Amino acid sequence: MYREKLYSLEGIYREEFKITGFRFGHGENSACIVGSLRGNEYQQTYICSQLIRELKKLEEHGQIAGNKSILVIPCLNQYATNIDRRFWPLDDSDINRKFPGHIAGDTTQQIAANIMEIIKGYSYGIHLTSFYMPGKFVPHVRMMETGFQNPSLANLFGLPFVVIRKPKPMDTTTLNYNWQMGGTSAFSLYTNCSDYIDDVSAKQAVASILRFLTRMGIIKYNNHSGYIAEVIDEDNLVPILSGAAGFYKRLFEPGRTVYRGDVIGEIIDTYSGEILDRVISPTEGMIFFAYTGPTVMEDAVVYKVIRRLHE
Amino acid sequence: MIEEIVSLQMPVEERLVVRKNRLEPEHAGKNMKRISIVTGTHGDELNGQYVCYKLIEKIKAHPEHLCGIVDVYPSINPLGIDTGSRGIPMNDLDMNRVFPGTDSGAMAEHIAYKITQDIIGSDMCVDVHSSNIFIKEVPQVRLSPENYDKLLPYARLMNADIIWALSASVYLEASLANCLNMFGVPSIVVEMGAGSRITRTYARQTLDGIFRLMKELGIWSGSVEEVKEPIVANTGDVSAIHAGRSGLFILEDAEIGVNIQKGFKIGKIVSPLTGDVLEEIISPKDGFLFTLREHPVVYKGAIMARVCKTGDRAETAFASVKGGEAYV
Ligand SMILES: [Zn+2]
Repeated sequence: MYREKLYSLEGIYREEFKITGFRFGHGENSACIVGSLRGNEYQQTYICSQLIRELKKLEEHGQIAGNKSILVIPCLNQYATNIDRRFWPLDDSDINRKFPGHIAGDTTQQIAANIMEIIKGYSYGIHLTSFYMPGKFVPHVRMMETGFQNPSLANLFGLPFVVIRKPKPMDTTTLNYNWQMGGTSAFSLYTNCSDYIDDVSAKQAVASILRFLTRMGIIKYNNHSGYIAEVIDEDNLVPILSGAAGFYKRLFEPGRTVYRGDVIGEIIDTYSGEILDRVISPTEGMIFFAYTGPTVMEDAVVYKVIRRLHE
Repeated sequence: MIEEIVSLQMPVEERLVVRKNRLEPEHAGKNMKRISIVTGTHGDELNGQYVCYKLIEKIKAHPEHLCGIVDVYPSINPLGIDTGSRGIPMNDLDMNRVFPGTDSGAMAEHIAYKITQDIIGSDMCVDVHSSNIFIKEVPQVRLSPENYDKLLPYARLMNADIIWALSASVYLEASLANCLNMFGVPSIVVEMGAGSRITRTYARQTLDGIFRLMKELGIWSGSVEEVKEPIVANTGDVSAIHAGRSGLFILEDAEIGVNIQKGFKIGKIVSPLTGDVLEEIISPKDGFLFTLREHPVVYKGAIMARVCKTGDRAETAFASVKGGEAYV
């Protein structure tokens, strides 16, 4: 293992901003794993730390394939993480909306451009990331439909689901999209949380990354073969909206089967405690995403359901 | 008449409501033209609030001059303005990246959809922005390259100091102005001042432009002020200057909105701890200083100024910025 200072930015009232990488193996740039671009993606950095521990052991036992190297970058937004912010603290900008970046651009565009420079040229790219709403997902690998995507590779993580997303205008500035456009097979890995640590889900993420690296011939490792993934088009996920505002009681967990007409959530009046509205599943399928906030406003997405799929 | 465009219930007591004020002549004419004035997309931009107030005040003072419909949408991100946050406070989404929205979508998209549908049918839309708390801008019109030729004649009426085109970026596809242009409503984006404050001279300058535009469209029959001849920027005319060091920015003699010479010292970046000057911020060319850093704490890369070359120019080409993109 080789610890490397990949990028630094002069601080003013704080110590230098640094992006640190951990390199395993030697030779061709095979795989790059990127952790938190947002300060509150604690789980993503945690997963990287656990992966670094495993890769270190594997390297010590000679289990990294010859002429293959792996780079893990656990945290790319130390300034935000350390003060519990999500975005770049000074101007509240989201680095994951600044790609491909601009080497002579604004601060976060420069950071994005430098990250791009570091991570380009890898055969496989894995980005651990989070959704903008508080919620739980079934673990999945997400790919952008850029024309370069390869869902059969995404299958090799052995996670239950692969989601293909048609890029919307705002997606074209994400790391995943630009990584893929640059010729790297890029995957975004979503686990069920970000701003707290969940060991079970972290273990699953680490195992899926190791499984992928094994199947790509980058490491030699024996692991459980995982799931045969279901490939889903994101447009086929049915959003279910809250019909009222109030306290929100989630009745179903991600991964559960629902039937049309099932009561899957309750919205309770914040004063009277009476049930104002019930969230009813409009379709049969499996819960893919579940909102977890304590209160909800009218018209918020409280679930996403994979139509006609069962446990 | 004040109308609710969209209303969503929040958990405790209140609703999120986007409102507009429709001003129209007492006796409606046939085929009246309609203009929509929209602002408050970004909660930290306040000049548009003053523009709306003054616009309505003047129309109410002289209703006899109104010959068309003026729809004023002062706050399409009301929670953002109320809390001083740029995005939608609950999820930090940028309201200007969710248009045209969908009817069945979640909150932001639903609001965007209702607003878009309400504006469609207007003969013109002016979307008023105010930079952010970091950068000050002279009143300017920013056009997208696709609609440049069509919008330039209207943009010239806006009493702006400068008109320039943003480079084609898919990033802007989901902005309100861009969507409205796609739906056939000619839409102009005006930027002025800095975030979190009102620069009354700039707001009044823009207001004169809005009345001039309304006169052109046949919506206002009263007298209007003569508008400025704007600088129309060409490819390569605009240079952005970025900080090469992190530190504290101290303005020298520079004033925004004036012509400066190549080598002019705009300011310097210093260290308050060591007392050293870390970098001098120098103009790379002769030109019009139309963007200037406002917030003194700067990180390397921060935009410090934009200068536009003036003088002999053909007027149809686009300006592009080397190093640093401007978004609305
Ligand atoms: Zn704005």
